[in-house]
Amino acid sequence: MVNLASTKYVSPADHGRALGSGNRIAARVTGRTLTWILIAVLLVFFVLPVVWLLLAPTKTDSDLVRLGPLAFGSFTNVAQAWNHLLDFQGAAILVWLKNSAVYSLGALVITLAATIPAGYGLALTRFRGRQALLSLTLVVMLVPTAALVLPIYLELSAVHLTGTAWSVILPFSFYPFGVYLTYIYYATSLPKDLLAAARIDGCTEWQIFVQIALPLARPVIGLVAFFSFVGNWNNYFLPLVMLAKSQDYPVQIGLQQLLSSTPALNPGQGGAQLNIQRPELALAIIIGILPVLILFLFSQRTLVSGLLAGSTKG
Amino acid sequence: MSQLIAARAPRATKSDLASPGRRTSRRPGLAGYGFVSLYTVLLFAFGVGPTAYALYLSVTNSVGQVTGIGQFVKTFQDFRFIGAFANIGLYLVLWLVSLLVLTVTMALILHQRRRWVSSTLRFLFYLPGALAGVASVLVWLFMLDPSSSPIAPLLHLLGFTTLTTATLPTNLPVIFVVIAFWTGAGGWIIIMYGALNNISLEIMDAAKIDGASAFQTAWRIQIPMIRKWIYYMLILAFAAGTQLFVEPQLVAEASSGGVSPTWSPNELAYTYAFQNGDFNGAAAISIYLLILGLAGALVLVLRSGLFNTDED
Repeated sequence: MVNLASTKYVSPADHGRALGSGNRIAARVTGRTLTWILIAVLLVFFVLPVVWLLLAPTKTDSDLVRLGPLAFGSFTNVAQAWNHLLDFQGAAILVWLKNSAVYSLGALVITLAATIPAGYGLALTRFRGRQALLSLTLVVMLVPTAALVLPIYLELSAVHLTGTAWSVILPFSFYPFGVYLTYIYYATSLPKDLLAAARIDGCTEWQIFVQIALPLARPVIGLVAFFSFVGNWNNYFLPLVMLAKSQDYPVQIGLQQLLSSTPALNPGQGGAQLNIQRPELALAIIIGILPVLILFLFSQRTLVSGLLAGSTKG
Repeated sequence: MSQLIAARAPRATKSDLASPGRRTSRRPGLAGYGFVSLYTVLLFAFGVGPTAYALYLSVTNSVGQVTGIGQFVKTFQDFRFIGAFANIGLYLVLWLVSLLVLTVTMALILHQRRRWVSSTLRFLFYLPGALAGVASVLVWLFMLDPSSSPIAPLLHLLGFTTLTTATLPTNLPVIFVVIAFWTGAGGWIIIMYGALNNISLEIMDAAKIDGASAFQTAWRIQIPMIRKWIYYMLILAFAAGTQLFVEPQLVAEASSGGVSPTWSPNELAYTYAFQNGDFNGAAAISIYLLILGLAGALVLVLRSGLFNTDED
């Protein structure tokens, strides 16, 4: 009944408006059509390359040219591409993956150990130089990190660390953006009465942090861990500068090595005797991004709520 | 009512911010130093230190003599310098404009769709973000290769018959915008969408009652209310955009010599350092980039009032 009444009430009004100007309806229809066209175009734009990439290793290189771009080949071809990939520099891809894991996870541990207490300390304790440290963090956040890679190289070279895992892990561990996120989170989301109560109960500052602040920070810890891990896993420039040997490379540089060895995208280069063609390259890309892809698949909701929890209040 | 309170929350918490500090300041102690110590070491080792070192290198020469602005003049007069900065300049303009227009528009559009439609689309737009870096460039090299690309008809329509013609230097800024948009826009659409969700329903209802059209609501209410996030996006996109390296490097590798190995300033600095062994010149280019990045970011920060830590 209510529904009926409301439709009855709305429709004459709409009708009247429509009579007043047919343009308005036309505009609305055009607007709606344009909206859906935009959605469709973007959908194709974002999804098509991913689908193509996932299908590419199921085909042989000549299938890629011959068959439709979205045709499925066979799983045998995937296995074959995998074998070809393992043949490259004696299963170098596995070494690269291991290196990427060591660099990203090593940096992740140090990042969290440095970042979370720092954000907490900046937000909830007072000490001389606190404001300066905070301002410095904000400025350094805006410094393009790539601009510092060469000076960092020279610095680490002076202490003979270049070419070692530390030359990648240590710079990766410096993450001012994470400090800023943690700072905002603690400054806005931690119930202050809780801290005051804990202090009255005689907790030390460290106990308060470990027993109260840390468990409450789970969303922001997840956020910092995600951004740090993904950013470091995908980083190319820094390890390229720091490392010299193929067996030390992370998978990102490994992919570049594969690219320079495939005649498919690189007609000028030799390497035709190697079996690294487009399907092998596509498979290497998929394997190389798999850890990040898995994180992406399961993290969207947490990420958004975490980011916006900081925003609404900060 | 609760929404009204929520809308005012930023104001309330800002004044709250100061109070816990005042409370703790009555407890003198070194706890604060303990919490920030490890981070401070990293900050100086990999933030402040390298910046200072780069500054030092840029005003000296290879044997440590002070050369003033000599390195800056030398690199500026390098025939590749202007080209490299012009390349990323054009790229940045295209990138920031398309990012701004398309992410905000898409967030507004998705905000009006049904819940499942919008959440599915957001997820699909976001997924390519997992392929950031080398992977995204390789994928788009595949997309731009007419012999295997799923968009081959479109490439032919544009007159690109081979990968080399598709990656001609004049096309690169657009190609890099496409790649950056493909990996980055989805995440920003989600963030903008989330920010739109935080606008109180009462404000939106009030606009509806006043007879505002969807466009007017977007322009007069929604966009101003998510301004902070728009600036935030532009700042990060700008800072990242000045640093192009892997994209031009990989395209150069696949273009059989058609693309300069010093397409971007970062590549130029890399070439100075590792081809010529001229770390002072490389540092000068890094400083140029740093100034450009900081200047752009500061303009946006000051305009937006972001990062107001206004305690004390």
